[in-house]
Amino acid sequence: MKIAVTGLNATDNPGPGVPLIRSLKFEEKFDAEIIGLVYDALEPGIYMENLTKKNYLIPYPSSGLQNLYERLFYIHQQEKLDVIIPTLDSELFGFVKLEEKLRELGIKMFLPTFDQLNIRGKDKLFDFCIDNDINVPKNILVSSILDLQKIPEEFDYPVVVKGIFYDAIIANNLEEAKTAFTKISSKWGLPIIIQEYLKGDEFNVVALGDGTGNTVGAVAMRKLYITDKGKGWAGITIYDNNLIEISKRVIQSIKWRSGMELEFIRSTETGQYYLLEINPRFPAWVYLAPNAGQNLPYALLQLALGEKAEQFDKYKVGTIFVRSSWDLITDISVFEKITTKGEI
Amino acid sequence: MKSFLIPDNIAISDSGFVFLPSTGETFTLNEIGKHIFKQLQAKKSIEEIAQQIQNEYDVDSITVERDIEDFILRLKSLNLVVQV
Repeated sequence: MKIAVTGLNATDNPGPGVPLIRSLKFEEKFDAEIIGLVYDALEPGIYMENLTKKNYLIPYPSSGLQNLYERLFYIHQQEKLDVIIPTLDSELFGFVKLEEKLRELGIKMFLPTFDQLNIRGKDKLFDFCIDNDINVPKNILVSSILDLQKIPEEFDYPVVVKGIFYDAIIANNLEEAKTAFTKISSKWGLPIIIQEYLKGDEFNVVALGDGTGNTVGAVAMRKLYITDKGKGWAGITIYDNNLIEISKRVIQSIKWRSGMELEFIRSTETGQYYLLEINPRFPAWVYLAPNAGQNLPYALLQLALGEKAEQFDKYKVGTIFVRSSWDLITDISVFEKITTKGEI
Repeated sequence: MKSFLIPDNIAISDSGFVFLPSTGETFTLNEIGKHIFKQLQAKKSIEEIAQQIQNEYDVDSITVERDIEDFILRLKSLNLVVQV
């Protein structure tokens, strides 16, 4: 069996591909070869020993679906892929659009639907939470700098200025909000989300929904160390029934079909959890889940293959991950091969 | 009389390392803090704990009880103890 995985960019802003592969290999029953699908010749996963059997460059989503399909078609001819597991936000819409055509080739995936992807979008999350009685920070959508004048009518500074896909900047006044608006909109487009700033501790949940409303498993984590890019560099599994129950309620409401990461903040003022974001894929810290007793990536693979996945209801609290930087040394011929031939 | 309880899910190691599983927070207690914490886990009253400490150290009962109450207030602010 051959499983293709994307997102091998294990950098200081890591993609989930490498930890997802490590999770699959963590499972004793796992017996398949991994094919890496990479966007850049320097994605570190290419250079890690015993991680993938082969790696192929694939075109960026912005270059069009037909290009991606043709490249996947070629890779499938070489490798006879059984499953593709896309792991990055930016490529998900493309893979969802290609799902039918890839299925016709015999390639299986386990992805959310368009509607599910849209519901959890940053611009729709507020309405979803209100409809489902889930606490969420107040927010407004703005499409021009002039709209920022409305902020004091809705809530006090500081506010969080967020891009539609990525980026979030805290603004303490109108001037800072304008600067953040310009910076984020030039990179990620419009609208911009202006969100109430809540003071508190951040908690994250990695979960897997089977598409019927059932939660296959869910593991909660608190970041112990955060980089200046806001990425968790160390974290610990924690358990709070409220947190897991809210996550299950989200999956039930959306009938989520795939892996996901839910980001919460527990307000210092109210002690309540507020849902900040739903990321439509496993997080880069997903390798913590199998080590705490829930191999959610392996369960996703089973679901993609049409098999029954193990139902998880507990995990080990106090399991810690600590990320590290590690230099991989290689010869220029390796880099040359992936750059010129697009595969290695 | 005030009575305090350490929630069942909070664990303390022999070295005095305390882990709060609902938040992931960790704390390190010194020897006397660890002793008081373990006595609270064993559902001992402040008076009983104070009496024990007084038997071991050269200190008056008022000071011991006041220090224990201060320590418990600190534990309470960190959600490590609840008043029952």
